[in-house]
Amino acid sequence: MIFMDVEVKNIHKRFGPVHANNDISVTFKGGNIVGILGENGAGKSTLMKILSGFQPADSGEIWIDGRPVDYHGPRAAIAHGVGMLQQDPLDVPAFTVLENFIYGAPGGMNLNRPQAQRQLSEVSQRFGFDLDPETPINRLSIAQRQQLEIVRLLALGVKLLILDEPTTGISAEQKNVLFEALRNLAKNDGLSVLLVSHKLEDVIALCDEVVVLRAGKLVGTKQLPATTDELVTLMFGEELAPHQPEDIEFGDTVLKLDRVHLASKRLSITDLSLEVRAGEVIGLAGLDGSGQRLMMRACVGLEKCVAGDVFINGQRMTGQAYRSFMQHGVSFGAAGRLEEGLIAGLTLTEHIALVSERGMVIDWARARQHTETQIKLYDVRGHADNMIEQLSGGNQQRVLMALLPENPVVLVLEQPTRGLDVDSARWIWQQLLKRRADGTAIIFSSAELDEIVTYSDRILVFYAGQIYEIRDPDAVSIDELGRLIGGDFQSSDHVERLA
Amino acid sequence: MNQELINALNSIVANATPLVIASMGETITERAGVVNLSLNGSIILSAMAGFVVALQADSLIIGLIVAILVGALIALIISVASIELRRDQIAVGFVLTLLAADLAQFLGQDFTRVPGPRISKWSFPILSEIPIIGDIFFDHDVFVYFSFVLVIAAWFWLFRTRGGLEHRAIGERPESAFARGTNVNRMRYFYTVFGGGLVGLAGAAYSLSVKPGWATPPAMQGDGWIALAIVIFGGWHPFRVVFGAYLFAGLRAASSAIQRNGGLDLPLVDVHVNISFILLNGLPWLLMILTLLAVSSGGIERLVSLLPRQIQNRMRNVLRSDPPAALGTRFEAE
Repeated sequence: MIFMDVEVKNIHKRFGPVHANNDISVTFKGGNIVGILGENGAGKSTLMKILSGFQPADSGEIWIDGRPVDYHGPRAAIAHGVGMLQQDPLDVPAFTVLENFIYGAPGGMNLNRPQAQRQLSEVSQRFGFDLDPETPINRLSIAQRQQLEIVRLLALGVKLLILDEPTTGISAEQKNVLFEALRNLAKNDGLSVLLVSHKLEDVIALCDEVVVLRAGKLVGTKQLPATTDELVTLMFGEELAPHQPEDIEFGDTVLKLDRVHLASKRLSITDLSLEVRAGEVIGLAGLDGSGQRLMMRACVGLEKCVAGDVFINGQRMTGQAYRSFMQHGVSFGAAGRLEEGLIAGLTLTEHIALVSERGMVIDWARARQHTETQIKLYDVRGHADNMIEQLSGGNQQRVLMALLPENPVVLVLEQPTRGLDVDSARWIWQQLLKRRADGTAIIFSSAELDEIVTYSDRILVFYAGQIYEIRDPDAVSIDELGRLIGGDFQSSDHVERLA
Repeated sequence: MNQELINALNSIVANATPLVIASMGETITERAGVVNLSLNGSIILSAMAGFVVALQADSLIIGLIVAILVGALIALIISVASIELRRDQIAVGFVLTLLAADLAQFLGQDFTRVPGPRISKWSFPILSEIPIIGDIFFDHDVFVYFSFVLVIAAWFWLFRTRGGLEHRAIGERPESAFARGTNVNRMRYFYTVFGGGLVGLAGAAYSLSVKPGWATPPAMQGDGWIALAIVIFGGWHPFRVVFGAYLFAGLRAASSAIQRNGGLDLPLVDVHVNISFILLNGLPWLLMILTLLAVSSGGIERLVSLLPRQIQNRMRNVLRSDPPAALGTRFEAE
């Protein structure tokens, strides 16, 4: 048994204006499996990166076994017994399993493959891991790469193992193997395990205790077992957003998905049928990577359907490119503002000219005038000659709104208010609701549950490619929605399976 | 084997040697994730510097050292520009290649076609006595012997040592190297400067051995670009790189022999074929592209997977066609 107690004291970390870790103090006891819970951006990853040496804290201390330690870099953290398995395991794809295992381990110039191979197979056999030393990493599954990384960290003497979202992208069976190994390590070897996850079912299945972060602060710790309800309340707080009821007459069906099948590398959606009417707002809830992205892209022609048909205003659009969807009045706002929606290195005027100028030769005077109007209209804090990346996130979002066509038939928006403060988010919604009153159908996704409950006429809940529909958002509390996105559909009588 | 052929092969080995040294230096640099695009200019400037200093100081050793330093200095500029100043390696390398070549012509203008020192031939004891092999490979000067050692040492380092594992990791996935405690940027400095030093030495191998002296335009004009191409052709593997260098030198020798003959005599059918020498000069490039296409096609991988497992990975290392995954990128620890 190798019990090691790790304590973090008053950790602070800022990224620009964001206070990612705000005075966090918590103790992790040896032999415990602790779940680290929190929404996206709650500060979980930052705290774990500080603990494992990938990022320095701005201030605060780490104590191990009652003594303060000061380490810089992941290598030094491992020397102190703290190792982290990243979501995308940090291995070298061009190496073999054995080479990855050797690289970073102590030893002389000589590689001493036979000895390393013995050590590797000893540890992997103990946990029932299937790792062939001569296979190149780029032929392994994510689960196998995780296993290799765990074996490697254990061989380096890690006593506190941090796992960042380890169950994303692995099968249920592989998850069982992983959890079994982690329980084994904690109970028999006295190893501490920290599981960063936003999948409540995983946390409940595996952990002894949870630590919950919200907006950079530690908001509570709790011994398990606990109900999903209690955890959700801890994660999201108790405040319920008031829902302003609006009476809008929906028009005809503008978007129709007919028995659509979609598949990506990690998940698939089967047999989805959906009709969206003019003026309707559909909110997509679910954890990141549960299929929302796939469906939204299918609605705008960026993702090919494996089977089934997409109709816009009654016209069959299956297999058509984004461009022709656009010509039929479909508009798409991607989550990555600077990655997909806007072009870093171009000015505001150039952005406006890209969408407004149709001729061969650009009339810059006209484009500039148009830009000035749009800046006023959308209240953008910026100048026509500013590069887009010089603007704040909220203002970039406003520019994106300004770039959308005037009266789209369907607007598909990925996380339209991500990273925005309350004011900017409210402003964005004012603009969106104005368009919806003019008959635009809106499909949006969000990580903020209260945003979804507040603005949606219908909610689709995504869970690992399954889709459930909530027809009456007023009847659903944020708590219940939180449970639903965690995959707990049995206990709710407000949902109906769509796909 | 007739003496004429042995002589021809001997001179191919000699002529390929600067290419071998330069492309090995670039292989070492690129394996660490840095592109030194200045090769052509680096080679020309260090060739000039090596020759002129050796002549003025009347010392071959000092000439060699200066040539190495010139190559290393240019590589250092690239690493500082890329790591400290966060400039694009390709852009900086390209500017430096032009600058260095022009600088060489300017600084060397008083030394064109001046007779000067050169490294003398030294038949390797015992090994040069081996029939045929000895005549082809061991009847040369020290540059050639050094290139042999260099190739084997580079291969051993990359694939047989812990240091080599780290070296490759830096070029493949620096984040992983960082997580394992490697100081990525410091090691990149080292490998870039070390590789640059070899490029400088390759310059001296021209001006003090293969193409002795200094001339305008420089006799080794264009060979730096060829060395860069050979690294790609060689799949960043020392053995395939050296094969590429010899292949290229061989084709070049064949093309100039055919040119001298005014065409090619086909012995069996007794026909004299006239081949445009421009076409012949293009032949090595065509061959390189065809080889690359063959190596990167799926067919090779299917063949490899039929081999015994132990050999599979070695074959994959030799046959790879993908550049180091992090080539030309910057790395900053969070």
